[in-house]
Amino acid sequence: MSEHADSHEGHEHHHKETFVTKYIFSQDHKMIAKQYLITGIIMGVIGVIMSMMMRMQIAWPEEPNVIFEALLGRWAPDGVMDADIYLALVTIHGTIMVFFVLTAGLSGTFSNLLIPLQIGARDMASGFLNMLSYWIFFLSSVIMVFSLFVEAGPAASGWTIYPPLSALPLAQSGSGMGMTLWLVSMAIFIAASLLASLNYIVTIINLRTKGMSMTRLPLTIWAFFITAIIGVVSFPVLLSAALLLIMDRSFGTSFFLSDIFIQGEVLHYQGGSPVLFEHLFWFLGHPEVYIVILPAMGIVSEVIATNSRKPIFGYRAMIAAILAIAFLSTIVWGHHMFISGMNPFLGSVFTFTTLLIAIPSAIKAFNWITTLWKGNLQLNPAMLFSIGLVSTFLTGGLTGIILGDSALDINVHDTYFVIAHFHLVMGISALYGMFAGIYHWYPKMFGRMLNKNLGYIHFWVTAICAYGVFFPMHFIGMAGLPRRYYTNSNFPLFDDLQDVNVIITIFALFGGVVQLVFLWNFFYSIFYGKKTVQNPWRSTTLEWTAPIKHIHGNWEGKIPHVYRWPYDYSKPGHDEDFVPQNVPLKEGEEELQH
Amino acid sequence: MTAFLTIIVLVFITVAIWQMVKIFDLAQVNKDNSQVANDKDNRINGYLMLGFLAFIYGITIVCFVKWGDLPLMSNAASEHGVKIDNLMIISMILIFIVQTITQFLLHYFAFKYKGEKGRKALFYTDNDKLEFIWTIIPTIVLAGLIIYGLFTWTEIMDINEDDDPLVIELYAQQFNWKARYGGADNTLGKANVRLIDINRANILGLDESDPNAQDDIITTELHLPVGRTVLFKMRSQDVLHSAYMPHFRAQMNCVPGMITQFGFTPTVTTVEMRQTPEMIDKVANINRIRVEKSKKLIKKGEEPLERYEFDYLLLCNKICGKSHYNMQMKIIVETQEEYDAWIKTQKVFKNSLIN
Repeated sequence: MSEHADSHEGHEHHHKETFVTKYIFSQDHKMIAKQYLITGIIMGVIGVIMSMMMRMQIAWPEEPNVIFEALLGRWAPDGVMDADIYLALVTIHGTIMVFFVLTAGLSGTFSNLLIPLQIGARDMASGFLNMLSYWIFFLSSVIMVFSLFVEAGPAASGWTIYPPLSALPLAQSGSGMGMTLWLVSMAIFIAASLLASLNYIVTIINLRTKGMSMTRLPLTIWAFFITAIIGVVSFPVLLSAALLLIMDRSFGTSFFLSDIFIQGEVLHYQGGSPVLFEHLFWFLGHPEVYIVILPAMGIVSEVIATNSRKPIFGYRAMIAAILAIAFLSTIVWGHHMFISGMNPFLGSVFTFTTLLIAIPSAIKAFNWITTLWKGNLQLNPAMLFSIGLVSTFLTGGLTGIILGDSALDINVHDTYFVIAHFHLVMGISALYGMFAGIYHWYPKMFGRMLNKNLGYIHFWVTAICAYGVFFPMHFIGMAGLPRRYYTNSNFPLFDDLQDVNVIITIFALFGGVVQLVFLWNFFYSIFYGKKTVQNPWRSTTLEWTAPIKHIHGNWEGKIPHVYRWPYDYSKPGHDEDFVPQNVPLKEGEEELQH
Repeated sequence: MTAFLTIIVLVFITVAIWQMVKIFDLAQVNKDNSQVANDKDNRINGYLMLGFLAFIYGITIVCFVKWGDLPLMSNAASEHGVKIDNLMIISMILIFIVQTITQFLLHYFAFKYKGEKGRKALFYTDNDKLEFIWTIIPTIVLAGLIIYGLFTWTEIMDINEDDDPLVIELYAQQFNWKARYGGADNTLGKANVRLIDINRANILGLDESDPNAQDDIITTELHLPVGRTVLFKMRSQDVLHSAYMPHFRAQMNCVPGMITQFGFTPTVTTVEMRQTPEMIDKVANINRIRVEKSKKLIKKGEEPLERYEFDYLLLCNKICGKSHYNMQMKIIVETQEEYDAWIKTQKVFKNSLIN
């Protein structure tokens, strides 16, 4: 498309906007990004409240709790939580946080916002598909939330929904209507995610502005690009698993079921295997953690470089590490299944591939640390969350060496050690990445600044609570405490761990409540925040060359051309400590790019 | 009540934080209000980074000192458990070293290079040598760990039936465990859930026509002779369960429709384990806690808790439904003579059927 036609199109849209096309069925990527973000935040609030209820239940299992009574109603008669509903909380908390907050909320928001703006495109390749994917995602969120209100309770067999527990309503009350809605919601979610991913891939490949070669892309875009590819490769497998499970549940097939005697009767299922489901589930389930963490890593790379006023160290190595992680992520799923009954030889293979992932991860961590070295660090809230991500990614990632080792996994599998590991390395880290992104690009999204002092309080209290919650969990895990227990009081063996659990819960409650500071800051600043300047962080990437006021088409006139890589910070020979990508090379200036 | 009080305290603290921020904001009304970090912010947060590093080290030390002996990192009660523990300790030491160094570098750099107006950062894009170093070192260390780990894994999972192990079936159902011994012939009879006949008390679905099944023994407690290799064959009749025996460093899922297996050799009898100094301490501590709890219960007019005595346990460790949290079986490791005496008192299958 010629430049002329490009800018023309931008103007045309400007005239026809009504309230509905601007705020609801918008095809503008910036508005869709905000829609994803706000939906993600709402789902996040639900997920965090659930985790706080779980923690209160574990810390004070016998005591009636007014909060349970208020929020759970008939599932907490006299304020004592029902055992079934505890498992439902476990399940829905996991599902919401992994898929709805950290996949759609994180990737959906920032891929949509940044891909066109950072590569210099007027919008996504298909604005209509983009709008469709958001509204399909919204539908799946509504169904998931609706499933919380069905008669017998929501799905309760863990976010991994292993059959036969999830397949048989006789096995558990949550495996009835609740499970059906869960499966329908997830099937729709996957459709939304696939539409979005395809759109991201096509946009990045086709719509880069003149001069924006692949090796001049910001690391955010690389991360979103590879994330979308992983999504396209692995999400369909979960969809097939969900469909087969629906067949087993409703149409009498036996893909995952065999030889079952339950509640006094033999069921007709014959020949299937739950282990098959585990393979299908984890073929998505493991790449999924990289779908969650890679965008966070991309965001953090960008924020650390900008706020260090230094180029990201080892740009090409960072890209190579993303590619290596993406490739390895698809061949390690079996490390969730060392003790599932699969052939021990397979366990050896998966141990090997799993521990290999530590190498690209180490490269990324060391490169971030080196980027800080001799920088001029602007410790904005976004920067603090980015440093926080590196910290929790290290702490959580290192224990992966234990869990990935099949021999060691035997004894810590499905204990609190696992909870500590994955919450730090992928839950907290990805949340930090999301917060870093929100603090950093808030001016771009809303034209106003977030209050920095509230941001500092938000970060420091969250950071202390995150360690306070998850660090001690490693130890109760090594002491053999299984996860997903409604209460530990049936095992006197674990009585001496109860005080640890109370401490963890107190940290968790603080950590949860301090998010209110963020929520206040976020919603208050939309209307009353300080107005931003065009490039508040003095950043080099293209999104800051676009006007503050959002227009459909992003740039008033021509799309800027790109002449250099995105990390020319503090480059010798320039007066300013940053040189935007759209500034041509000076005479005799070399494009230093690695 | 505790929960309620905690919530109230949390609310107050939130209000306090809120008020502090307001004061902070009001104090700087006339100064720079751009919401971008200035030198003062960089300084404060730089020092907080150092403080946070101290916090991470602190919490690590507190956890190791207070709870470091709780983990079952020592006194494994099985032969292969010692190997797992050694590997675990080596991995932990390695992790500990890397964690200490990298967290130091990260937070120290964040403090040391906190921004100041007028300073320029070093334009430093790449260094192949450095990157090579931190690629190759993890590679070598991990290669070592992988090889060590794989040897251990293969040894544990390689069950040699020529060693004449004691064959025991672990049978899982919502929400309890059964054990089935092969009887005098040490061979389990054929079984399938389709043969379950509750009216005749054939609860595990044994094939009544199979001669090997006649002398099988079904129990609700797991007795193991010390020093004899045991091979567990695991079955489940309804949903996934996982047989977790933490003291023996043993775990394997029980999967409906298939038989899974795990083998180990118990090395410490229950009586011996109760007399180890660590266990005496642990049990005394637990009983102190239980006495405290009982006092509260008595006040409320409820039954006090029983005194705790150590026993090995088999726990369910795969989410299996409502009472997952209470699916357990006692394991007793005893001498061969004690075991022989116990097994004699148990009914064999053909005598347990109701005709």
